[in-house]
Amino acid sequence: MTHPRAAAALRATATLNEIAARRILVIDGAMGTMLQRYKFSEADFRGARFADWPSDVKGNNDLLSLTQPDAIRAVHTAYFEAGADVVETNTFSSTTIAMADYGMEVLAYELNFEGARLAREVADAVTARDPSRPRFVAGAIGPTNRTASISPDVNNPGFRAVSFDDLRVAYGEAARGLVDGGADLILVETVFDTLNAKAALFAVEEVFEAVGFRLPVMVSGTITDLSGRTLSGQTPTAFWYSVRHGRPFSIGLNCALGAKEMRAHIAEIARGADTLVCAYPNAGLPNEFGEYDESPAATAALIGEFADAGLVNIVGGCCGTTPDHIAAIAAAVQGKPPRLVPKGDHRLRLAGLEPFAA
Amino acid sequence: MTRTATFINIGERTNVTGSARFRKLIKEGDYGTALEVAREQVENGAQIIDVNMDEGLLDSERAMVTFLNLVAAEPDIARVPVMVDSSKWSVIEAGLKCLQGKGIANSISMKEGEEAFREAARRVLRYGAAVVVMAFDEKGQADTYQRKIEICRRSYDILVNEVGFPPEDIIFDPNIFAVATGIEEHDNYGVDFIEATRWIRENLPGAHVSGGVSNLSFSFRGNEPVRAAMHSVFLYHAIAAGMDMGIVNAGQLTVYDDIDPELRELCEDVVLNRRKDSTERLVEAAARFKGDGVQKKEVDAAWRSWPVAKRLEHALVSGITEFIEVDTEEARQTVERPLHVIEGPLMAGMNVVGDLFGAGKMFLPQVVKSARVMKQAVAYLMPFMEEEKRLSGLDQRSATGKVLLATVKGDVHDIGKNIVGVVLQCNNFEVIDLGVMVSSTRILETARNENVDIIGLSGLITPSLDEMCHVAAEMEREGFDMPLLIGGATTSRIHTAVKIHPNYQRGQSVYVTDASRAVGVVSRLMSDRTAFFDEVKAEYATIAEVHARGQADRRRLSLEDARAKRVRLAATPSMVRPSFLGTRVIDDWRLADLVDFIDWTPFFSAWEIKGTYPLLFEDPKVGEAARALYADARAMLTQMVAEDWLTPRAVVGFWPAASDGDDIVLYADEARRERLATLHMLRQQMARASDRGNAALSDFVAPVSAGVADYVGGFAVSTGFGEDAVAERFARANDDYSKILSQSLADRLAEAFAEALHAKVRRELWGYAPNETLGTAEMIAEAYQGIRPAPGYPAQPDHTEKRTLFRLLDAENAIGIRLTESCAMWPASSVSGLYFARPESHYFGVGKIERDQIEDYAARKGWPVEEAERWLAPILAYDPLRMRQAAE
Repeated sequence: MTHPRAAAALRATATLNEIAARRILVIDGAMGTMLQRYKFSEADFRGARFADWPSDVKGNNDLLSLTQPDAIRAVHTAYFEAGADVVETNTFSSTTIAMADYGMEVLAYELNFEGARLAREVADAVTARDPSRPRFVAGAIGPTNRTASISPDVNNPGFRAVSFDDLRVAYGEAARGLVDGGADLILVETVFDTLNAKAALFAVEEVFEAVGFRLPVMVSGTITDLSGRTLSGQTPTAFWYSVRHGRPFSIGLNCALGAKEMRAHIAEIARGADTLVCAYPNAGLPNEFGEYDESPAATAALIGEFADAGLVNIVGGCCGTTPDHIAAIAAAVQGKPPRLVPKGDHRLRLAGLEPFAA
Repeated sequence: MTRTATFINIGERTNVTGSARFRKLIKEGDYGTALEVAREQVENGAQIIDVNMDEGLLDSERAMVTFLNLVAAEPDIARVPVMVDSSKWSVIEAGLKCLQGKGIANSISMKEGEEAFREAARRVLRYGAAVVVMAFDEKGQADTYQRKIEICRRSYDILVNEVGFPPEDIIFDPNIFAVATGIEEHDNYGVDFIEATRWIRENLPGAHVSGGVSNLSFSFRGNEPVRAAMHSVFLYHAIAAGMDMGIVNAGQLTVYDDIDPELRELCEDVVLNRRKDSTERLVEAAARFKGDGVQKKEVDAAWRSWPVAKRLEHALVSGITEFIEVDTEEARQTVERPLHVIEGPLMAGMNVVGDLFGAGKMFLPQVVKSARVMKQAVAYLMPFMEEEKRLSGLDQRSATGKVLLATVKGDVHDIGKNIVGVVLQCNNFEVIDLGVMVSSTRILETARNENVDIIGLSGLITPSLDEMCHVAAEMEREGFDMPLLIGGATTSRIHTAVKIHPNYQRGQSVYVTDASRAVGVVSRLMSDRTAFFDEVKAEYATIAEVHARGQADRRRLSLEDARAKRVRLAATPSMVRPSFLGTRVIDDWRLADLVDFIDWTPFFSAWEIKGTYPLLFEDPKVGEAARALYADARAMLTQMVAEDWLTPRAVVGFWPAASDGDDIVLYADEARRERLATLHMLRQQMARASDRGNAALSDFVAPVSAGVADYVGGFAVSTGFGEDAVAERFARANDDYSKILSQSLADRLAEAFAEALHAKVRRELWGYAPNETLGTAEMIAEAYQGIRPAPGYPAQPDHTEKRTLFRLLDAENAIGIRLTESCAMWPASSVSGLYFARPESHYFGVGKIERDQIEDYAARKGWPVEEAERWLAPILAYDPLRMRQAAE
């Protein structure tokens, strides 16, 4: 039986490709930063359905898709109105692995499905207001809170808290929820351990095989500090080589750094990648109170320069960015040509922590 | 079709089927030592490591997972890709699940039919790995040319057209079988492989060819010289046919040209199946070559039978690390305390090295290699000495002396200092190396806490001279009296005598010409200090006196007169307008683009081998050392390029410009109204008999009054991104030789980048010489129009002008090069400068300048005069202190 989303998904993919060839796409900013403004209490997080849940659930932002859907809709709407072409679903931690913290593993599929459905609803409503400007939903898949290639126990470096197959199963469930709920793209993001991302890509391929159609997949890594490596030790190019087999719609970086610190790393990726490049940095580095205080104008100026330098095809914001940031970023890249995607050559490219090309 | 010129070397030691040692370690569960095997391979240049756990008595899947998870925790090993090698699919799959990078699955085939092959390929692709495909089908392994190409073609079509496998990720292994077995059907196996390789590379675009070479010579087991010769001959022909990867023990290969010609001919007959009786002829001759067929093996074997002390000496003199641990252990068994190995045979060996070095029979690169051997021997003994100390509380070896080394604050250059450190360590001095950018406070604090005997300071840029004076003054103030050694490219005997020496009367500052002198100086300071101090004091007094007299004698022009004699442009037509104005980042160059631009002469001079490249190779005295160093440098360079150790980045800018007196004004745009910046220049003041002008760089730009369009460019390049990590990696492996080699190569690559970029600027970016065609030699000889002088160097000795240049280029944000407080560039392997294009532009040295120019310059820069005097201290024609005293 044909999947109910198949036709719409294929249309969306064609439209996305067509727009990306013409201009720089804008994705949204932080969800968490916006939700904090609501100052939801433990009771708000629980809603009626989880009033008697045995553990505390405050802080489980993904749960708000079920208990405070209006807030989620409002954030999505605000980002679209600020000028985003794509919003990310509120599903960063919606895997059985990450939900284990709250004992909510059983909700994983539902959270992904609902997260995608809410964003879909808003995207369709905004598109209906101006059909000349179609809006899209990226189904967000976070890294989980475990690493497949690093031991959490310093005295036992061969130990692993999670296996490739654990991750593959968890990611598969999440991806299926996102596809069924109406996502136009899959976004494997904030990749701090590439092996986790490879398990996600493997799982996503299995889901595509099961539903009988593909969605474009975005992959976004995180350079965790100024060392210029991912948490698991890879250089940006090694990271790109390691996920290239998934034929991603875009490759890029998000989180951990501000645009200023991210620039050299995104430039390194932009130099070699034969696909679209996506950058959505934080609003600067956190200040001494752990807050992000880079102004929309400042972030936008830096990202505008990414566009001037021909480094990017897709831009947006991560931690600390708001609809004001996205509006400024959208204005900063408007009319600027997207990065030209180079034609791939046929060199054998391998990677350990560092890239190897023959 | 892409044909790669390089041969990819896959490490074969972490393979239980190929290495008895590795098999034993894995079977015993000694994964710690097994990891060392992997580490060694990577350090020895394996670009990929092959891991194989196929052994009947092992739980291969579990062993694979355990080992790969441990490898992942070792950054020195995990930096390279892994080849997961097994004949069992379940083991390959378990291995692929452990790799965050992109590895290679070795291997899959159509042995169990097309469907199983298709499924395995799909999964390999989904795991994100490249794949080795064996020429194997339902009927068996392909032996003939026809079978090999048929199976490879069929596999390729399925992979590329049905599975969607990227062709460049397919590596065929068309089976290398034993030849010269006495069975006639086997005679053509070598030819079949080579011809199949040629066919694959020509007909299956993108695909690679690999193979396990050792099978070939199976029938000559026990006769290593013949086997090595067969392998070399075979690879020589297979690589020429397109084989571009192989599982080989590179250390055991003989160089094709070094094989005895008779043996080579016999092997070639066998491998290429050139005559009916080739096998008999090789078998017959083999006995003769066993042992002496290859000259090098003979030598190897001979020294291995010497007594252990003699072996250690040989290893130290020849720089061989291969057996050092075994020999050190053997020596340890013969003495009472581990320390005695160091004080006995190792020091004796190093003394031989020292004597040969002193006599000019060994050269610096060889000495640094000896030091590497010494360091590894000491590293091996350390745990034994620690244990002994723990048990007995006995004191450790007392070094001949303790020397603290540091590159001063504001400076990042340390190649020379590292060489001095190594040479001193070789001579049993304890060295504390504080690294680069070290403040005087930290130097003095460490000197006091560690109770050192001598302090050595190093610096490359001119502001470091001032910092050294400051350190000397601080030592005086804090009551130190130990010797202070001064070295580095900008330092000099005169500067030490005239500027540093007066600041430190309590102790003694001593200038050291180069690394080879360091040992002599330090030894005398430890044995015969008072007499040596007296000699130095007397020498410096004479130098200072001569210098003072010279200053008074030399005639210089007033600034006004010098300006009147400025260099005049023959004509001032408008200059060609650059292809863009403002700045542009260049980050799409690769190291490979720079190699041809390397100027090797300064590379050798950094290693204290004097002479011009390539003539120095023929020099009877240094030729051999130069060739050996060059071979090592080229090998490392190849690896650097293949593995992108360093990232070249540059930023270039062009601005409308006009000269205004000795300054150059840069404008924001062609309207030439808004001033963007002012570049301040200095003018030669020497009095000359000839009519050559007194130049300032501003003379090379049309003056405002000429009213024509003129431009100035600027640039900053670096190949230093990654440099520190590489050096650190070698330092951790106790391999100072490779560390210094990598630094000196990075340094040359930065210069090469500047040279290559200048060529691109002349031909395209500025484009004033679009038709220029020059070779590297002409380029090094600067046979082109236009110059690229750097602030801080002779034509404009003020390093602070780099701040203006960096602001204009936004170099820190654009590409990440920073300026230290002394205006040194970080990373160290960086070059910056200005571009002047007019035909009159030429390099010159400003030379000494007088007080009138300092005052004028300070006013233009908005500085107090004292600040100008401080930054330009090395070129002042007067002593500011004395002048001020005289004025009062």
